[in-house]
Amino acid sequence: MPEIDVRLVDVTKRFGPDVVAVDHINLEVRDGEFFSLLGPSGCGKTTTLRMIGGFEEPTSGLIELQGQDVTWLPPYRRNVNTVFQNYALFPHLSIYENVAFGLRRRKVADKEIRRRVAEMLELVELPGYEKRRPGQISGGQAQRVALARALINRPAVLLLDEPLGALDLKLRKQMQVELKRIQQEVGITFIYVTHDQEEAMTMSDRIAVMSAGHYEQLGTPEELYERPTTRFVAGFLGVSNMLRGQRQGEDGGYAIVEVVGGARVRVPRERLNGRADVEVGVRPEKIRMLSAGAASAERLNRLDGRIIHASYMGVSTQYIVRVADEADLTVYEQNVERTEEGSIHRPGETVSLAWPPEHTFVIREAGAVDGAQEA
Amino acid sequence: MSRTRHSLRRLLSPYVLLAPGLLWLIVFFVLPTIQMFLYSVSTGSVDFGYKLTWSFDAFTSIPTYFSRQFENSLIYGTLATVITFLISYPLAYFIAFRGGRYKNLILFLVIAPFFTSFLIRTISWQIILGNNGPVIGLMHAVDVFHQVPENFTFMGEPVAVVSGLVYNYLPFMTLPLYVALERIDLRLIEAAQDLYAGPWRPRGWIYGAVGGALLGALIGFGIDWDVAIFAVLGAVLGAAMLGAFVSESFLRVTFPLSLPGVFAGSLLTFIPALGDYVNATLLGSPKTQMIGNVIQARFLTSNDYTTASALSFVLMVGIIVAVMIYARMLGTEDLSGGAMI
Repeated sequence: MPEIDVRLVDVTKRFGPDVVAVDHINLEVRDGEFFSLLGPSGCGKTTTLRMIGGFEEPTSGLIELQGQDVTWLPPYRRNVNTVFQNYALFPHLSIYENVAFGLRRRKVADKEIRRRVAEMLELVELPGYEKRRPGQISGGQAQRVALARALINRPAVLLLDEPLGALDLKLRKQMQVELKRIQQEVGITFIYVTHDQEEAMTMSDRIAVMSAGHYEQLGTPEELYERPTTRFVAGFLGVSNMLRGQRQGEDGGYAIVEVVGGARVRVPRERLNGRADVEVGVRPEKIRMLSAGAASAERLNRLDGRIIHASYMGVSTQYIVRVADEADLTVYEQNVERTEEGSIHRPGETVSLAWPPEHTFVIREAGAVDGAQEA
Repeated sequence: MSRTRHSLRRLLSPYVLLAPGLLWLIVFFVLPTIQMFLYSVSTGSVDFGYKLTWSFDAFTSIPTYFSRQFENSLIYGTLATVITFLISYPLAYFIAFRGGRYKNLILFLVIAPFFTSFLIRTISWQIILGNNGPVIGLMHAVDVFHQVPENFTFMGEPVAVVSGLVYNYLPFMTLPLYVALERIDLRLIEAAQDLYAGPWRPRGWIYGAVGGALLGALIGFGIDWDVAIFAVLGAVLGAAMLGAFVSESFLRVTFPLSLPGVFAGSLLTFIPALGDYVNATLLGSPKTQMIGNVIQARFLTSNDYTTASALSFVLMVGIIVAVMIYARMLGTEDLSGGAMI
C-alpha cells in the first residue's frame, strides 16, 4: 500500500451562505503520484487546491499532509509549494532571486543557495538566465522559472494551478512532456488542476473528475475513459454515445439490455450491478461500421441505422448515424481504407454499427436508474 | 517623390506632437527661469528699473540672513513628508486591499477637502489648534494632575505649522501610494507566503517600538516639542505596526513593488511643502518662518526682486539636487519593471 501524501476528509468550502464551492470531498493522494483535478471552471478544483496550499480555510473538514493535520496552518508553515496560474513571478527580482526566494526565507546559507539555484535552472533548462528579470523572458520560460522556484524547496507536494493555461498549443504540448519528465526526475507528488481533459490524460497517474463541488469519478485515465460511471464523466472526457435501456435477461457472462428500437446489446454482467433500468454507452471510435446485413464473425453488439451526416476530419471521418429514428450515434472511422473518390460511406446509406460488448460502459448515477434500487 | 514626403512627415510628426508642450514649457518655465536668474544678478528697484550688473551679492548674503528660514523649510518639509507617509501608507494599503465596495467612497473622502479652498482649510486649523479649540480643551479636560500649563498653546509653534502641512498635503501622498498598491497582483503576495514568507520576525514589535521611539523623538525634536511624548507615541505605533502589519511578504514583495508610489508621493508632498508659506503664515509665528514666507514678502511687500529671485533660484536648485539624490537612492530605473503580471 503506497503512502498517502495528502488526505482530505469531508472537506467543505462555502463562500457566503449560498455558494458551496467544495462539497464534502474525501480524497487521498499517494506519495509520488501525478494527480489531477479535472473539471470545468467553477467546479471547485482551484478552491480545493488553494485549501491544500493554505490560501483558503475549509468551512469544515480536515486536511492532512503526510499524516500531519495542516487544516489551520498558514501557507508559509506548510511543506507544499504552488505554481500559480499566471506564474506570479516577482517582477522586481531577478530570476536568480525569484528561484532563491524560498531558500532565503528559510535562511539557507548563500553557498548552498547558489548551488541549488544552478541545479534547478539546469533542471528546467534555463541556465544562464540568472540575471534577467521576469519581464524579459517569454511565457514558456516564466513557466519554467515558476516551476524551479517551487521545486527548489523540495516540497512534499507540488500544487499546479492550470500552469499551462497561458501558453500556446505547441508549447503546451511540449511542456506537458517536460512536466512529466521533471516530476519523474524529482519524484515529488504533483497535484495538478486543469480543465483540459487531454492534458490531464497525458500526464496523470490518477484523475479526479470534478463537477459542482465534488468529484464524479476517480481513477486512472484509462479507467475514466474506458469505463466512465457517470454521464458527466462520459461527456467531459471525450465523446460518448449514450443509450437508455432495460435489462432483459442474461447470456453467459453478459447481461442483455434492450435499447432503442428493440435492439439488444450485451454488457459485461458485473457492470450492471443487478439493476433493471440502465443507461449504457460506447465510445465513437470503438464502433465499426458494416454494410447493412453484413455478417460478423464475432458476437458483437449491433445496431442498424442510417447515416445522416459525414464530416472529414483528416485522420478520421466522423459520422452521425440515426438509429431507429430516435438516437443519434457518433462514429469515428480511421481514414486508413479511404478511397480516392471520397468517403466509403455516404449520408443516406443504411449501415450496421458493431462493437464488442466489453466496450459497453454503464452509467451508475442515481438519475439513470431507479433511485430506490440504488439505495 | 510621394515616398520622400511620406517619410519626411514620419520624421517630423513626433516633433509636431511635442510642439505644444515644448512651447508651453519654454514660455512659462524656461524664459521665466532665465528672467528670474537675471533679476537675481541685477541691481536696482521696481521704481527705477533693474540693471544687469552680474552682481552676486544677493546670493552671498543668503547664508547670513536667511539660513534660519531655509533650515525651517527643510525641517518642516521633511517632517511633513515623513508624517504624511506614515499616515498615508496604512491608509492607502487599507483602501487598496481591504476597501472592498467602499473603495471609491474612501477615496472620495480623501480628496473631499479639496472642494474647499486651501486658505479656508488652513484657517480651520486655527480653530482646531487654537487656544479655545477642541484639542487644547481636551488636553485640559484629561489633565487631572495639572501638568499642562494654563497658557499652553499650539499656535505659532512648529507643531501647528507641520500639522497644517501634513493635513494639506496628505492626499498628494495617499493617492500615488494607493495607485501603486492597487496595481499589485495579490497572487504575488500569496506566492511569497507560499515560499515561506511569514511574520517578519518573532519579536517584530520590539524592533517596531525601538524604531518608532527613535523616529518619534526625532519628530518631536524637529518641531521643537516634547521629545518624550513623541518618543512614547512613536514606540506604541511602531510596535503595533511591526507587530501586526509588517510581514516578510510585505517587506520583500508589497513594499518594494509600491516604491514607485512612495517616490511619487513623497516628491508631490516634499516639493510643495518646502516652498509653502500659507501654513507658516496662518498657523505659525515669526520664529517658524519658512523660506516661502521670505520669498513672498520680498516679492510682494518689499518689492525686492533681486533677493526674492536669488532665494527662489537657490530653492529650486536645492530641490532638483535633492530629488536627483533621492531618485538615485530609490533606484527608480529599476522600478519600471513592475508592469509584468
